[in-house]
Amino acid sequence: MTGRKGRGPGAGQGDATAAASRGPLLAVDGLTVQLPVEGEHRVVLRDVSLEIRQGEAVGLVGESGSGKSMTARAIDRLLPRGAQVQGQIRFDGRDVSELSGGQLRSYRNRVAMIFQDPRAHVNPVRRIGDFMTEALRTNLGVPAAEAQRKAADILGQVGIEDGRRRLRQYPHELSGGMLQRVMIAAALLTQPALVLADEPTTALDVTTQAEVMAILDELRRGYGLGMLFITHDLELAAAICDRTIVMYAGQVVEVRESALLHSDPLHPYTAALAAARPDIEQRASRLRAIPGRPLSAFEAPAGQCAFAPRCPHALAPCLAAVPELTELDGGLSRCVRVTELRGELEAADA
Amino acid sequence: MVSAAVGVTGRAARPVSRRGVLGLLRSTGVAGMASAVVIAVATVLAVFGPLLAPYNPKLPDLGMAWIGPTGGHLLGFDFEGRDVLSRLLAGAQSSMIGPLAVVAGSMVLGAVLAVIAGWRQGPLDTVISAGLDILFAFPGILLAVLAAAVFGAGLTAAAVALSIAYMPYVARVLRGAAMKERGQPYVAALEVQGASGTSICLRHIVPNMLPLIVAQATIMFGWAMVDLAAISFLGLGVQPPAPNWGVMISENQPGILQGYPLPSLAAGVCIVGVVIAFNVLGERLFEQAQAARQ
Repeated sequence: MTGRKGRGPGAGQGDATAAASRGPLLAVDGLTVQLPVEGEHRVVLRDVSLEIRQGEAVGLVGESGSGKSMTARAIDRLLPRGAQVQGQIRFDGRDVSELSGGQLRSYRNRVAMIFQDPRAHVNPVRRIGDFMTEALRTNLGVPAAEAQRKAADILGQVGIEDGRRRLRQYPHELSGGMLQRVMIAAALLTQPALVLADEPTTALDVTTQAEVMAILDELRRGYGLGMLFITHDLELAAAICDRTIVMYAGQVVEVRESALLHSDPLHPYTAALAAARPDIEQRASRLRAIPGRPLSAFEAPAGQCAFAPRCPHALAPCLAAVPELTELDGGLSRCVRVTELRGELEAADA
Repeated sequence: MVSAAVGVTGRAARPVSRRGVLGLLRSTGVAGMASAVVIAVATVLAVFGPLLAPYNPKLPDLGMAWIGPTGGHLLGFDFEGRDVLSRLLAGAQSSMIGPLAVVAGSMVLGAVLAVIAGWRQGPLDTVISAGLDILFAFPGILLAVLAAAVFGAGLTAAAVALSIAYMPYVARVLRGAAMKERGQPYVAALEVQGASGTSICLRHIVPNMLPLIVAQATIMFGWAMVDLAAISFLGLGVQPPAPNWGVMISENQPGILQGYPLPSLAAGVCIVGVVIAFNVLGERLFEQAQAARQ
C-alpha cells in the first residue's frame, strides 16, 4: 500500500471517538483505486462510497470486473503492490490507511474475509487445525490446547461433526463445501465485527451453496456481525442482505433496500441484471443478455454515464456528463433519467 | 535409470511428511536409493571412522613407504609408510564435515535473503538481487584462497569462504520459489487472518519450500566436497598430517609418477563416489520438488 495520495472529501469530519459511538461500523468515502499496469495507472475503482452498520448485511453485486472484489480487498488492505489509493476507509471511527504492524493485524482480526475458492486459500500442506488456530495462537496469545478446543467448538457451529478429528486432517481430505465451512469457522474464530464474504459460494455446487449460505447467514445473525456480501447473484443478495449496492465499471450505480431492488430498481443496469437471470417458472426461448460486454473502470468512456453505451434508455443527457449519485425514495441512483424511467424499468423487467 | 525416471513422475504431489523418508527415497528410483546407501555409509564412517581405523593414521614408518597391499593392510602404505585404509577411515570425518558446514552456512544465508527478497519485493529485492549478481562473479576457490591469506589456512576459513561463494546459487533458486509462494492465495488469506509477515514466512513459506531446499542442499554437498578437496590439495584447507581425502590425494601425488598410484587414487575414488551419490540423489530430489511445485 504505497503512494497514498490526498484525502477524500469527508476527511475532517468530527472527532474519532464521537464517530465511533454513533457512526457506522465501516465507512468508505470517495474510494478511488488505481493499479499500475504496464507502466500506466489504471483506475479500477472510481469514487466508491458505502457504509455498513453494526449487524447489517450489505450486498455488493455487479458483473465481472466491476470492482466488487477490489473494494473488499481495499477494505482489508490487501491491494496489490503499487496501488494508489485516494479517499478514506474508516472502521469504528479509525482511518484504516494509518494502521500498520500490530494495529493492522488486530484490525484484520476484526474484519475477517471469506474467499471464493477455499482450496486455494488454505496452505495445502498444513493440517486444518493449524490453519484455524494460527491467528488465535500467534496473534491473540491463546494457548494451543484452548485454541484447538475453540476451533472444534466452532466447527460444530458450522455443522461439521467430529471437529477434533477434522482438525487433524489435511485440506485435500475435505470436500469443497466442507472446506468452505472451515473457512467460515476460521473467519469467525477471532470474533470479528465485520465479515467480507467474496463470493463465498461461487465455487460450490448448488445444494452445497444453499447449505453454506444458510450457515453463514444464521451465524452472522447469531453473532450480530456486519457483512459485506459480494456476489453475482442479485436474488441471493436480495434474500440475505438488508441493503444491496450495485456496481458497474468501478462505480456504485445504485444503493437500495434489498426487498425493493427487484421490484423497483432505480437504475437501468439493475433492471437489466435482474432481467438477465432466467426464471425457473417461465420458459424462455432466449436468455436476455445485456448487449455489449462489461467494462472495467479504466475502459469506461469519460465524461458521460458509464453504462450509457449498453443502456436501452440512453439519451443525450446521459452522454453530457457523469451522473451524480442522487438520493431517491430511500435509495441512491446514478442515473439522470431515473425519475422518468421508474415505471418503465419495471415494465422492461416483467 | 529408466525405472528411476518413471518413479519420479508418479506420486509427486503429496506432502513429504505424509510419505515418510523411506517413501520419498523409494520414489527416487534405484539410482537414488543406491546413492542414499553410499551417503549413509559415508556418514557412518564420518562419525565412527576414527574408531574403526585399524592402525594409527598419523604414525609414520618410513621403512614401509610406498609398499602395496599386504596382509592386514588392504590398501598398502602411503609415502610416509602410514596405513592408507586407516587414513581413509579417519579422514572421512573432516572430508564430510567441511561440506556439511558449507551447505548449512550457504543454505541459511541464502534462504534468509531469498525469503526477504521474495516477501518484501520492490526495491529491497532489487538490491538483494544485484548483490547476488556481484557475488556470482567470484569463484569459490578464489574466495577461499583470499580467506586463507587473511585468516590463515585451515578448514574453517575455507568453509566460510565457500559458504559465501555458494550462497548466491541457493538464494537465486529459493528466491523464485519464495516469490511464487508469496503470490499464493493462501498467503493473502493468512494476512487477512492477521498473521504477521515473519510468522507467515517461518511457518508457511519456508516449510513449503523445504523439498527444494533439501534437493538444493544435496547437490551442493557434492560441489562443496570437490571444492574443499581442491582447496586441501592446494594446501590451504585441512593441514597435514591430519587425515583428509583431499590432503591424501595431494601428498601421495608423487606416487602416481613413481608407479604407486594406489594411495592417491583410493582417496580420489572416495571423493568421486560420495560426490556422484550426492549429485544423483540431489537431482532426483530436485525433479521431485519441481514436479510437486508445477
